[in-house]
Amino acid sequence: MIFGAVLAGGVGSRMKLADMPKQFLPLGSKPIILQTLDKFLANDRFDAVYVAINGDWLLYFEDLLQKYGVQDDRLRVVSGGNDRNESIMNVIADLNKTFGDNEDDVIITHDAVRPFVTARIINENIDGVLQYGMCDTVIPATDTIVCSPDGEYISSVPLRSELYQGQTPQSFNVRQLRDLYQSLTAEQKAQLTDACKIFTLAGKRVRLIEGEVYNIKITTVSDYKIAQAILGGKISD
Amino acid sequence: MINTVYQLIAPKVISVKFEELKPDAGQVLVRPTHLAICHADQRYYRGLRDKQTLEKKLPMALIHEAVGTVIRDPKGVFSKGDQVILIPNIPGDGPQCVEENYQRGSRFRSSGTDGFLQEYIQLPHDRLVEANNIDPEVGAISEFISIAVHASKRFERKAVTSKDVIGVWGDGNLGYVVSFVLKRRYPQSKIVVIGQNTAKLQYFSFADETYLDYEFPADYAVDHAFECTGGEGCQAAINSIIAHINPEGLIMLLGVSENKVPIFTRDVLEKGLTMIGSSRSSREDFERVAQLLKQPNMQRRFKTIVSEVLNVRSIQDIAHAFERDINNPFKTVMRWK
Repeated sequence: MIFGAVLAGGVGSRMKLADMPKQFLPLGSKPIILQTLDKFLANDRFDAVYVAINGDWLLYFEDLLQKYGVQDDRLRVVSGGNDRNESIMNVIADLNKTFGDNEDDVIITHDAVRPFVTARIINENIDGVLQYGMCDTVIPATDTIVCSPDGEYISSVPLRSELYQGQTPQSFNVRQLRDLYQSLTAEQKAQLTDACKIFTLAGKRVRLIEGEVYNIKITTVSDYKIAQAILGGKISD
Repeated sequence: MINTVYQLIAPKVISVKFEELKPDAGQVLVRPTHLAICHADQRYYRGLRDKQTLEKKLPMALIHEAVGTVIRDPKGVFSKGDQVILIPNIPGDGPQCVEENYQRGSRFRSSGTDGFLQEYIQLPHDRLVEANNIDPEVGAISEFISIAVHASKRFERKAVTSKDVIGVWGDGNLGYVVSFVLKRRYPQSKIVVIGQNTAKLQYFSFADETYLDYEFPADYAVDHAFECTGGEGCQAAINSIIAHINPEGLIMLLGVSENKVPIFTRDVLEKGLTMIGSSRSSREDFERVAQLLKQPNMQRRFKTIVSEVLNVRSIQDIAHAFERDINNPFKTVMRWK
């Protein structure tokens, strides 16, 4: 089976726009998270589409679904975890319970705050994960990246042509992701900033999927203004 | 939902525009899957329209020939996953006795309003025709075929003299579909095609006779004629038709010309000829095309003029498809990823 997972476990601590998590800020006529969810629900290849929401905001989100008339039998909402990977594990726990534990199951995970994801990117993630078992959406790095472990001096300047910026979706074979994650120590789990790293730590190959420059993550006030600007709407602070 | 629209902003420059598709109970959400390039799109893409027109119409998403898949229909008229032909006309405000494609105030996609080169599109139910079980690579050129069906319908209403010999001037895409539709509608008539390219004329296997224009006998007479050349070639074609057509014959003009075309009106008057312009098509014509294409043999017939099918997943791919199309003898279809 093919599962989608829109991840909104975070509480938006980096944005001071409002008290509520950034995924609930309006973009166009509805909250960012519903814009993102629309893209997943529009894809009929998904057997189920999960949303992982910070527990404190579960009821709020359910109100939003009702208010904006989001109705789809495939939609399932679960409580998010302390971090991104825990949210994914919560989704997997529910899908294992509901749909069983099948060897071929795949999951396409996506940031709730990347509403500009396209049908092409989602479809290529589904195709990629079905063929390769795991894949990650990226765009070629345009800025030179410098490495500085001490934060004061450059230790190296990696070759830009070999560098990519990670986006989402990130897509995985469900069983492999779960088993690899569970095999990590608490310390290793704490160091993970990205689900793909679970696979690279285990020496697995992760296939690249071409993203888009405009598949931005709305993390800061500037991102939010850019998102509003490219959608052509009124910009609010 | 945030939709991605691929607009031509200047000749050969395509840019992404985002717009929100708001839920509308009266509209169907469709994902375009296969899109065909028309000469009209190519003229915009290459900047062959005059400067004023380009300034007025751009930026604009191109493409008005497409099939797609139904994603959501609030009214349930279409089922999720249905394949549909997308109708590019946006009808005006009547009068109803005038067909929708000729009504004042009517608009046309990829001609002043965004075409189908979009991630998703919302259309009213009457702008979609169910097309399940039709090869989408052929379904993509439905709009093109509907032009021939439409012209043939108008011809039927107006042609009063005998239809023993019908001439079609033009050996391109349009000449092909028009002559085929005519042969099917008038199997007893002799369909003769006059063109400029031997290789292209060889495709017209269903035509009774084909001629290169410079070998077309001077005394050859046709009862009626369809001009399917357009562009710079239409002046010579129209005057050739006037020379070869029988009195009270009907001349159907289908080719688009950017320039005014001098024609030999003395013979038009002397022969009592009627000239009828025929452009685009209406929903009724699309429905007839869908019925036609439900027959596997008809799909095979029209697939002959799909010269190339290209996967398109980026702006670079769109540009590549337009470049390839210039050299393709017939239609180029983009498999929209």
